Amino acid sequence: MGKRFLMKGNEALAEAAIHAGCKYFFGYPITPQNEIPEYMSKKLPEIGGVYLQAESEVAAINMIFGAAGTGKRVMTSSSSPGVSLMSEGISYIAGAELPCVLMNIMRGGPGLGGILPSQSDYFQATRGGGHGDYRLLVLAPSTVQEAVDLTMLAFDLAEKYRSPVMILADGFMGQMMEAVEFNETHMDGLPDPAEWAVGYMKQRGSRALVKSLYLDPEELEAHNWKLQAKYAEMTKNEKRHESYLADDAEILIAAYGTVARIARTAINELRAEGVKVGLFRPISLFPFPYEPLEALPKSVKQILTVEMSCGQMIEDIRLGVGKDMPVSMYGRVGGMTPSVEEIKDQVRKALGR
Amino acid sequence: MKETKIFEKPKSMVDVTTHYCPGCTHGVAHRLVAEIIDELGIQEKTVAVAPVGCAVFLYNYINVDAYEAAHGRAPAVASACKRLLPDHIVFSYQGDGDLASIGMAEIVHAANRGEHITVVFLNNAIYGMTGGQMAPTTLVGQKATTCPLGRDPKLAGYPIRMCEMLSTLQAPAYIARVSVAKPKYTLKAKEALRKAFQTQIDGKGFSFVEILSTCPTNWGLRPVDATNWLEEHMMPEFPLGEFKTPA
Ligand SMILES: Cc1ncc(C[n+]2csc(CCOP(=O)(O)OP(=O)(O)O)c2C)c(N)n1
Ligand code: SF4
Ligand SMILES: [Mg+2]
Repeated sequence: MGKRFLMKGNEALAEAAIHAGCKYFFGYPITPQNEIPEYMSKKLPEIGGVYLQAESEVAAINMIFGAAGTGKRVMTSSSSPGVSLMSEGISYIAGAELPCVLMNIMRGGPGLGGILPSQSDYFQATRGGGHGDYRLLVLAPSTVQEAVDLTMLAFDLAEKYRSPVMILADGFMGQMMEAVEFNETHMDGLPDPAEWAVGYMKQRGSRALVKSLYLDPEELEAHNWKLQAKYAEMTKNEKRHESYLADDAEILIAAYGTVARIARTAINELRAEGVKVGLFRPISLFPFPYEPLEALPKSVKQILTVEMSCGQMIEDIRLGVGKDMPVSMYGRVGGMTPSVEEIKDQVRKALGR
Repeated sequence: MKETKIFEKPKSMVDVTTHYCPGCTHGVAHRLVAEIIDELGIQEKTVAVAPVGCAVFLYNYINVDAYEAAHGRAPAVASACKRLLPDHIVFSYQGDGDLASIGMAEIVHAANRGEHITVVFLNNAIYGMTGGQMAPTTLVGQKATTCPLGRDPKLAGYPIRMCEMLSTLQAPAYIARVSVAKPKYTLKAKEALRKAFQTQIDGKGFSFVEILSTCPTNWGLRPVDATNWLEEHMMPEFPLGEFKTPA
């Protein structure tokens, strides 16, 4: 086992990015993710990197566009209102096929909302946010260690697919302290930026163009099909989920991120009482792991979705299980968190006990 | 008789017909930039950032590494690119709607940070690409499709003078306003562009050249009348000259 460090989630996310070889950060302050830019502003200059505080999230994401166009590992982080402002730029980045890592440490909305943890940007992360037919690869960690591991994976996947990858976490994970270790991984066969990025004109003998504009409709259609083929490839290769005590469960809790962690405690306590309850936890939110829901153990008679939202992931759960499986929803929002007791009560209620 | 070549296409300029309207001076500005790139011998290490506006296809005409940025965001794109590739020469080329309206925050902050980039700002007092709407630089009384009776300062304020505004900042190294409306101005424009790019090459900081330009199509004037209109009406509002030069 490697060396372990006690770290706040946000700092661990930043350190993981550095371990992944990211030396360039552009962002704008917003609670509850400020420890990420603060950490980067201290560390990156020490390793010859760039930390730049942008004048807004609009500028920050366009700096990411400029930085990612050089083919180097770059990232930004923000929280819900800031990610809304970035959405136009994210669409351009997806359209121009630039690799980068984006982190959304979600807080309650809509509007200015609040600063406490939330999961109400699930639609924004998985269904677009910006305009056009694009997708983000979205990874949702449930512990600080998993946040570290997924951040390292995110940089590899971003390069592999030349696509923006989002780490979707909530304010809880950002603020929570846990012992973590940094196990660096290196994916083989990643594309060489010299083939497509700016800055290699001399070496390559021809210039690079970073753009999302295709005025000819036939060309734009072809470009869209190319992107879709890439998303299909992601869907084939990058689905991740965890099942916990699902094999003999009568009822499955579906939850991701921090809520899945709370649900796990509730499940352990209910199991001790003899209640057959398990967990389905998607780790990749796009591509969403539908297959395990399509082939649930025979014992499972219903699903309870628990989210810190009014019901967003539940749409993917329903898509997965089809219309014959009852799916109910328990949500707390606005910075309120479902407690272990509340989840246990919801399970008992669903089972009619 | 020995032949002497007196006219040649710049090496970094692509040999194609541009999409610009007859009499539009975007093409002249492009050519000047390409000539400077050639003369400074920096083609292989120059990065262009194209705007959203009539110059969106800048990258089809100048053969260098290039980005097509979102509307107004070219200075942010260029800033980041330059920070990651400090040995490259990075410039944005932007219209007045792009730079002085939707992209006002990005240009002011890039200038204020003293980013080592060059900004070529083409001011034609109109939104060319979208069909002649009012720009932040549209003159008082000038007609546009969204101010059919002429710009009324009571409703829409006054034309923004970018060079003057950016000159209030401490960081920028070179700021100049030129024109390409007539040959006598064009020669000076080229010198300003050369100084701007040289400022970047010398590591002296942010450089900015505003080029007063014509849009005969949306001004509703014939090309020659447009150049006269620019001289008569735009130049008094936007005086030519150098506002800041590197120490
Ligand atoms: C976010 C966004 N808003 C609006 C537009 C539409 N649009 C395209 S070009 C343009 C104005 C360009 O005018 P200017 O910058 O003056 O350039 P010119 O065409 O005059 O050279 C506008 C509003 C857009 N592409 N993106
Ligand atoms: S619309 Fe105006 S700015 Fe655009 S190409 Fe035509 S003349 Fe030039
Ligand atoms: Mg214009």
